[in-house]
Amino acid sequence: MDSLTNYLFVSVILFSLGLFGVITRRNGVAVLMGVELILNSANLNFLAFARFGGMNMAGHVFALFVIVLAAAEAAVALAIIINIFNNFHTINVDDVSELKQ
Amino acid sequence: MITGNIITDFSLLILFLPLAAFAINIFFGKRLPRQGDWVSIGAVLITLVLSLAMLLNMFMNWDPDFTHEAKFTWMDLGAFKIELGFWVDNITIVMLVVVSLISSMTHIFSVEYLKGDIRYSRYYAYLGLFTFSMNGIVLANNLISLYIFWELVGVSSYLLIAHWFEKPSAAAAGKKAFLTNRVGDIGFFIGIMIMFTAIGSFNIQEVFTGVSQGLIGGSLLTLAGIGLFMGAVGKSSQFPLHIWLPDAMEGPTPVSALMHAATMVAAGVYLTVRLFPLFSPDALLVIAYVGGFTALFAASIAITQNDIKKVLAYSTVSQLGYMILAVGVGNYIAAFFHLMTHAMFKACLFYGSGSVIHAMHHSLHELDDHDTDPQDMRNMGGFKSKMPITYWTMTIATLAISGVPFFSGFLSKDAILAGSLGFAQHYPQHFLLPVFGFGAAAITAFYMFRLIFMTFHGESKMPKVFKGIHESPRVMTFPLMLLSGLSIFIFYTLPYFNPLSDHGWFTELIRAGDSVVPGNPTAHEIGEGVHHAHYTAMALSLLVAGLGIGLSYLMYIKKKLSAEAWAKKMGFMYKLSFNKYYFDENYGRFLYQPFQKLSEAVAYVDWDLYDKYFINGFGRVTKWLSFLTGRVDYDGLDQSIVDGIGRSAQGFGKQLKQVQTGRLQNYMLFALVGVIIILVIQTI
Repeated sequence: MDSLTNYLFVSVILFSLGLFGVITRRNGVAVLMGVELILNSANLNFLAFARFGGMNMAGHVFALFVIVLAAAEAAVALAIIINIFNNFHTINVDDVSELKQ
Repeated sequence: MITGNIITDFSLLILFLPLAAFAINIFFGKRLPRQGDWVSIGAVLITLVLSLAMLLNMFMNWDPDFTHEAKFTWMDLGAFKIELGFWVDNITIVMLVVVSLISSMTHIFSVEYLKGDIRYSRYYAYLGLFTFSMNGIVLANNLISLYIFWELVGVSSYLLIAHWFEKPSAAAAGKKAFLTNRVGDIGFFIGIMIMFTAIGSFNIQEVFTGVSQGLIGGSLLTLAGIGLFMGAVGKSSQFPLHIWLPDAMEGPTPVSALMHAATMVAAGVYLTVRLFPLFSPDALLVIAYVGGFTALFAASIAITQNDIKKVLAYSTVSQLGYMILAVGVGNYIAAFFHLMTHAMFKACLFYGSGSVIHAMHHSLHELDDHDTDPQDMRNMGGFKSKMPITYWTMTIATLAISGVPFFSGFLSKDAILAGSLGFAQHYPQHFLLPVFGFGAAAITAFYMFRLIFMTFHGESKMPKVFKGIHESPRVMTFPLMLLSGLSIFIFYTLPYFNPLSDHGWFTELIRAGDSVVPGNPTAHEIGEGVHHAHYTAMALSLLVAGLGIGLSYLMYIKKKLSAEAWAKKMGFMYKLSFNKYYFDENYGRFLYQPFQKLSEAVAYVDWDLYDKYFINGFGRVTKWLSFLTGRVDYDGLDQSIVDGIGRSAQGFGKQLKQVQTGRLQNYMLFALVGVIIILVIQTI
């Protein structure tokens, strides 16, 4: 049971769920949560390869780094979402299509 | 003693002063006091003084080999280089004196003759232009500037002949003179170009060097010589281009004296004298025959003419023929000598005729008679008592032209006749040349005395007109007296006083140079021949002159022989001569009219065939083709390719625009699809 492949499976599932959330959710906050899932699947990968690849603490350092990054990212992204809500009175990402010509 | 630089300065002044007078008179003449005639007269008198100073200098140096050349580069294109400049030797100096002297006399004479003329100042301007260009010919050291001045002389001749252009005959005469000259000038130009092609220089001295080095020879040299001589044929009015000079008498009489007797027509002779060394023996023979024939032929026309100026005009043609004959037989110094003496006495004769015509004109004007021809000798007679100065001066000039001893013409004519006789003694097959010469001498004496007798002797034919005749004023008689004085032998034989020999300053200072063409006799050989024939020629020329004068005396004074009866007896000959051998008519019929017909035919082909069908047809085809290509361009290319590319780009754009939804999640999906495709491709 305790093999790299199992960890990677979990990681793929997490990544796919995250990606699915990012692409399909209409709610901006839900999209953010999908991004968090993708980041965590990456964390899981780092740790799994660190454990089975004999890479000492390098994986753990990166995982910690990513967690900090994710926190910072969540702060910035939530600020953006608040601003979007102020401007558009919605956080439905389909309605925020100002890039379209 | 004048040094070289001063000679250059003098030459420049002599050349350009008349041009300055021309410029001033043509622009401001009408506004100047006396219509500006004093500007021209002043300018030309200064040139006379300067050329006399050069003559004096020539006497003081007494150097037969004196030459002076001054030149500058006008144009330098590497291989093609033209230098212009002056060539001054004793011949040049004598010619300058002749030109400026006759020109001054003409300027003075015209003050009275053209008084009140509507284009008085313009007349003086043109005289200045003529004097400028004539001096240019005299001073030129190269063929190019010679040719330029040659044409300028032609232009001023045209302008002055047609001075009274309201008269259709004067306008036509000007045109005729210009166009006939052009025929000769084409040959002249071809001659110059042959020389330049062969030798590579326009400078006359360099051309001589080139010829002597054999750079050009044989028939090409003969051709070039005949080409150059053709210029002289046109300008000196030799057969067959003699037709313009008699018509040129439509111009004012002083102009006739200056240009069509003394200087401009002598330019052709001057040219052949200048270029004598380069003529090949064949070219010289052509020159001799043309000259000899012209001398006799023109003299035979002069006998029957009744217009006083026409007689003098044909006499001029005949005398020019003499000079050309002398060049042809190699005795070119005699030709130049005759040029100078002829300039004096012929100008004098023309001024005399001008004085007579002036008197007739006034008399007829007072009678209010505008139908009688003031130039017709049949309306004159007995003028001797009324116009003594004109009579005596003209008589002196007539004696000179007839070749009577003690007068200048005797010396120069004798030299020419001796030259032709010497030539015939050397080459007996050319016996015709002295026959031409002596025949013309006899006829000349006859018709010149006929002119004097008909005008000044006998009874007046129109007593009414005769009453109003009186001597011309001092401005007109002064040139007459001066020039008749210069027809006396002594001015040409100083410091010697032998009236029967031309030995004097002229023969001492102006020596014949050798021909540079191999095979031509040297100047020494020619001189020997002349010397040999001298006494025979003198005796013969005295005989023929006496014969001519005697016959004229018997016919027109004693009336022993009736001119009318003789004319009837030789009816055919008389008619031929009276009608100038029908030259004008035949040129009209055989040259002018066929040429006109040819031109009409060419014009028909050009206008009606070529233009209409080819040029216009070309236009129509082009128009049709343009329409076609226009259609292809607009409807085919523009619509399908040019606009089509635009339209398809637009269409693609519209389609691709759909992709840009502005929804981030769509973009993400595309990226995901892209990644999946890449992964699939990598796995395969």
